Amino acid sequence: MSLSSSDAAPTALPRAKASLGRRSMFLRRPFFTVALIVAAAYVLAATFAPHVAPFDPVKQDFMAMMQGPSFAHPLGTDSYGQDILSRVIYGARYALIIGIFSVLIGAAGGLVIGLAAGLSGGWLEWALMRLIDSILALPSLILAVAFIAILGQGVDKVVVAVGLSMIGPFARTVRADVMQVRVQLFIEAAQLMSIPYLRVVWRHVLPNVIFPLAVQVTIRVSEAILVSSSLSFLGIGVTPPTPDWGLMIAEGRDFVSFAPWMSAMPGFALALLLIALSIVGDGIREEFDPKLRRGA
Amino acid sequence: MLRQALGKIAQTLVVLFFVSVASFGLLKLAPGDPIQIMLGSEYSQESYEQLTAQLGLDQPFLAQYADWALRFVQGDWGTSYVARTDIYTYAFKEALPVTLTLASFSLAFAILIGVPLGVLSAVKKDTAFDAGSAVLALTGTAFPSFLLGILLIWFFAVKLQLFPVMGYISPWQDFWGGIYHMILPGLTLSTYFIAMITRLTRATLIEVMEQPYIAAARARGEPSWRVIWVHGVRNIAMPLVTILGLQLGTLLQGTVLTETVFNLPGIGQMLTSAVLGREYMVVQAGVMMTATLFIGVNLLVDLSYPFLDPRLRARK
Repeated sequence: MSLSSSDAAPTALPRAKASLGRRSMFLRRPFFTVALIVAAAYVLAATFAPHVAPFDPVKQDFMAMMQGPSFAHPLGTDSYGQDILSRVIYGARYALIIGIFSVLIGAAGGLVIGLAAGLSGGWLEWALMRLIDSILALPSLILAVAFIAILGQGVDKVVVAVGLSMIGPFARTVRADVMQVRVQLFIEAAQLMSIPYLRVVWRHVLPNVIFPLAVQVTIRVSEAILVSSSLSFLGIGVTPPTPDWGLMIAEGRDFVSFAPWMSAMPGFALALLLIALSIVGDGIREEFDPKLRRGA
Repeated sequence: MLRQALGKIAQTLVVLFFVSVASFGLLKLAPGDPIQIMLGSEYSQESYEQLTAQLGLDQPFLAQYADWALRFVQGDWGTSYVARTDIYTYAFKEALPVTLTLASFSLAFAILIGVPLGVLSAVKKDTAFDAGSAVLALTGTAFPSFLLGILLIWFFAVKLQLFPVMGYISPWQDFWGGIYHMILPGLTLSTYFIAMITRLTRATLIEVMEQPYIAAARARGEPSWRVIWVHGVRNIAMPLVTILGLQLGTLLQGTVLTETVFNLPGIGQMLTSAVLGREYMVVQAGVMMTATLFIGVNLLVDLSYPFLDPRLRARK
């Protein structure tokens, strides 16, 4: 942007580039590596939940209600005597499954609308853009609430509601990428060779859009997890006794004065995962986003 | 410039039209036949058709939409059976002010804390302070607000007993009482924005401080606080306003959660209880209000650029 920064760039860049090329991404970004390990630990815990969790997450034990952290129950128990550690571990399953599948729904929908908006022209493009604008006019949580109102509650419904509510941002970035690709020379060349239009889109436009979309997907998983656990926290997402973090936090809210661990333990599990995912997302974006890489 | 502004307004109206069609469609997509629900379990085919005609449900979709939109604009939003009031009074006069109070409080917090933090980190770039505030900012943007709210309640209201646990007092009726009740919710909601504004201010100010007019101000011998706070901070106003407009949605969705944590009777509580009570018309009202607010504020942001940046005035 400014004169002075572009003056400074040529001297700084080659040196930085040289060192960038040699060392692995994991050494250069210690925070990223730690965050990736944390996220991987969640995935492992979620996958092997039955083997890791000490108790059945929905087994109620009225002799052990609302106990603080102890040797038998490292994170304490809740108001039904359910072991919080086991529920937190199983909760990772729900959080990750809901997060990943809803992001995939959002990305698929965004890809279709974004491609259509980016490739069409004239009034259709204008109308599609306004359509994207109107999806974006509602924050994802409120959109998800509206979809839940129609669909009802439950894990599958939360996945669909959160997924649909994330279409807007995906559509916008896909459209922006399509706009950049469609003016490239290789597209014009392909068209001059009278390759069928859909084939051009499939072979030449799509591959150039899919990669930045994949980067977006990894970044937005944390947003999907946050929205889905917010829905459960509001009491309109997943239904009890599912071991869902949002639900557990909401339940503990009523007992915060004498059993603060009931909210805090699942809450910290959620917060740690979100922070780890956002560091991982930032790292991936900075490494692989061509727009940011050129600027860095 | 006027033409551009009119174009923006036209665009906004189209978006508003789409949103209203969608939220009208919400009612149509909702499960359950409204006529059956109104008539109960026993009714004749004749009374069914009569009520359908009376409510205009035999009309084509667009005609029904036009009818609905006309009534909506006039403030006839239907009746809520759970709250036992007219939805317009409930949503617009009772819930919306609570949400707006909370939102403006948090916004004020966010600007008053976030901008100075960001300026300090930009000025003390690459020091321990900068690194510390970067870590705080990252944590702040990723930390779930409803958990933060519960932790604040536990620490400040239960342990230290400094603030009330929950409840709402309108600052219009009891100013200090209202503010007192808004401190914890406001802090909860604003954390994300404090973090975001800190990051944005830092990044923008670092760029601004490299501009020639800053060097010129320094060369004129102006004291360094004046260079930073007057010449520097003035130039971050535009990106700041843009981001705040775009993030208004995040602010509104944050109020939904914060209201639930602190038991504030705003749009969030209205929406949640409406979903649980299957009151689609209330959900519709909430959706329409949120979207209109977001669209309206972003139109204002777009139109405000020439006032914030004199260079845009001259060029067009």
